[in-house]
Amino acid sequence: MHEILAYKSPSLLADIPSHYCPGCHHGTIHKLVAQCLQELELGDDTICVGSIGCSVFIYNYILLDTVEAPHGRAPAVATGVKRSRPDKFVFTYQGDGDLASIGLAEIMHAANRGEKISVVFVNNTVYGMTGGQMAPTTMIGQKTTTCPGGRCSDREGLPMKMAEIMAGLGGVSYSARVAVNNIKNFKKAKKTLKQVFEIQKSGKGFGFIEFLASCPTNWKMTSTDANDRLKKEMIPFFPLGVFKDLQGESK
Amino acid sequence: MARIFIKGNVAIARGALDAGCKCYFGYPITPQNDIPEFMSRAMPEAGGEFVQAESEVAAANMLLGAAACGIRAMTSSSSPGMSLKQEAISYMAGSELPGVIVNMNRGGPGLGDIGPSQGDYFQAVKGGGHGDYRTLVLAPGTVQEAYDLTFLAFELAFAYRNPVLILGDAIIGQMQEPITPSKPLAVDPFEGGSWRLEGARQREARILKSLHLTDGALAGHNLKLQEKYKRAEKEVRFEEFMTDDASLIIVAYGSIGRIVKSTIRKLRKEGYKAGLIRPVTLYPFPSQILKSLAEQGKKFLTIEHNMGQMVEDVRLSICGLAHSAFHGQLPGNLPTPNDFEQPIINALRS
Repeated sequence: MHEILAYKSPSLLADIPSHYCPGCHHGTIHKLVAQCLQELELGDDTICVGSIGCSVFIYNYILLDTVEAPHGRAPAVATGVKRSRPDKFVFTYQGDGDLASIGLAEIMHAANRGEKISVVFVNNTVYGMTGGQMAPTTMIGQKTTTCPGGRCSDREGLPMKMAEIMAGLGGVSYSARVAVNNIKNFKKAKKTLKQVFEIQKSGKGFGFIEFLASCPTNWKMTSTDANDRLKKEMIPFFPLGVFKDLQGESK
Repeated sequence: MARIFIKGNVAIARGALDAGCKCYFGYPITPQNDIPEFMSRAMPEAGGEFVQAESEVAAANMLLGAAACGIRAMTSSSSPGMSLKQEAISYMAGSELPGVIVNMNRGGPGLGDIGPSQGDYFQAVKGGGHGDYRTLVLAPGTVQEAYDLTFLAFELAFAYRNPVLILGDAIIGQMQEPITPSKPLAVDPFEGGSWRLEGARQREARILKSLHLTDGALAGHNLKLQEKYKRAEKEVRFEEFMTDDASLIIVAYGSIGRIVKSTIRKLRKEGYKAGLIRPVTLYPFPSQILKSLAEQGKKFLTIEHNMGQMVEDVRLSICGLAHSAFHGQLPGNLPTPNDFEQPIINALRS
């Protein structure tokens, strides 16, 4: 019998059981991060800045030198790391509560200064780890434990579109939004993430990538229904695409 | 080295530069603005980095990031800004990261004023942020000492992998005096070879964190921290002035300690037997010397530029062995040696 190796897990990824819920996209995004770092041969020189939320244990899965930042402060911590070690590859991995709510000042200013770091932003429209409360990216009408009647724009404002906001800041070299809900989007996401990492690698400045992600547990859906919701509700409001690419423009 | 005439704030900035500081992160707040202003020029000239952060919160977290790389880094602020830095300081203590944080104490609570005060004593020596941790705290009483203690702050921060605070006030920061600078230190650009982050090349990945969720892990981590604080007790430093024949020991720190010294000099000429213990490290606190003086039958008077904070540590140190009085100076003014004469005479007579 002839065997073909169809898939090999990146060696930067730990071979351990995941604590993420079934259908959660964090695991997939972790894998993409590990793959891209490995393919760009960055693993040996990377410093990861973890954040607070479901992905707080990122260091258990991606085997990188890692520092844990307080809630929302990862871009400030990454600034300190990168200014100390401009020769190293530095990225943050942050959720929507972390980045778009409590850490809004830190992300806006790190981006506007054009810190030469990469930011991986995972938007699943809820606070996951604390049990599904309303996030700054929660959709209008979406029910969470702290907007049980559904988010109302009059009361809670509109969901924040971070990839577009980032694109509007002078210091940002690249800003894009991707999803991993199907193979087609997954492949695009990998290509985009690689581009974001390459921008830092070539010393070109601040790169931002927003992943639309599902949270079946807190959305109270099956994994397949969650993927369906991502496609039917999230993507129309949070369009996929590249919102800024200074590298592309200069080509 | 030639003597130079500089402000306390600049002495701290210059001290940090000469002690090998390579990253400074700050945010404007009175009365410490000379420090970021000096650093904005000095850091790039020294091949280092200066960042004016978007907030004190961010500045302290940048310090955390730099510390994780084993580089000598500093931030500075004054009271309201120090409240904002406490989150990062707690994480640094929990993750065992070295860094120097300067507080030029101003009047509070809230926005208070921009004058001198020692109202942040509790915040500085009792941890300041959340969790059961300590920072080492150094309290300069002169501009020379402000310069010298900045060297010590970096040394202790790396020796103990712990945040170290320099607690001055608007007097120390804004006062100008001649000092003798030291020879700049030649330090390794990156210290902490066994723990710093630099990319996990050919070794196991390193994780600098304060989260410990597995059963018993946090207890073990806290125990380790407590053992470290115990080890740091040997770093205690204080100035002892005319205590041998004194019947009254005055305990005062920082600028107030220095002003009280002038009062003691004057009162000595009039025959009053007062002496001074000026704690230079507020944590660890010089408990042993106070206890042994109490055992000799001396009385105590604690003088602070607040309404009674360090006096609690004095009383814990002397364990009820001696009479212990307190005189508090309200914020918003610059006390003179004359202000302390009567309180000292009263304590001597009590």
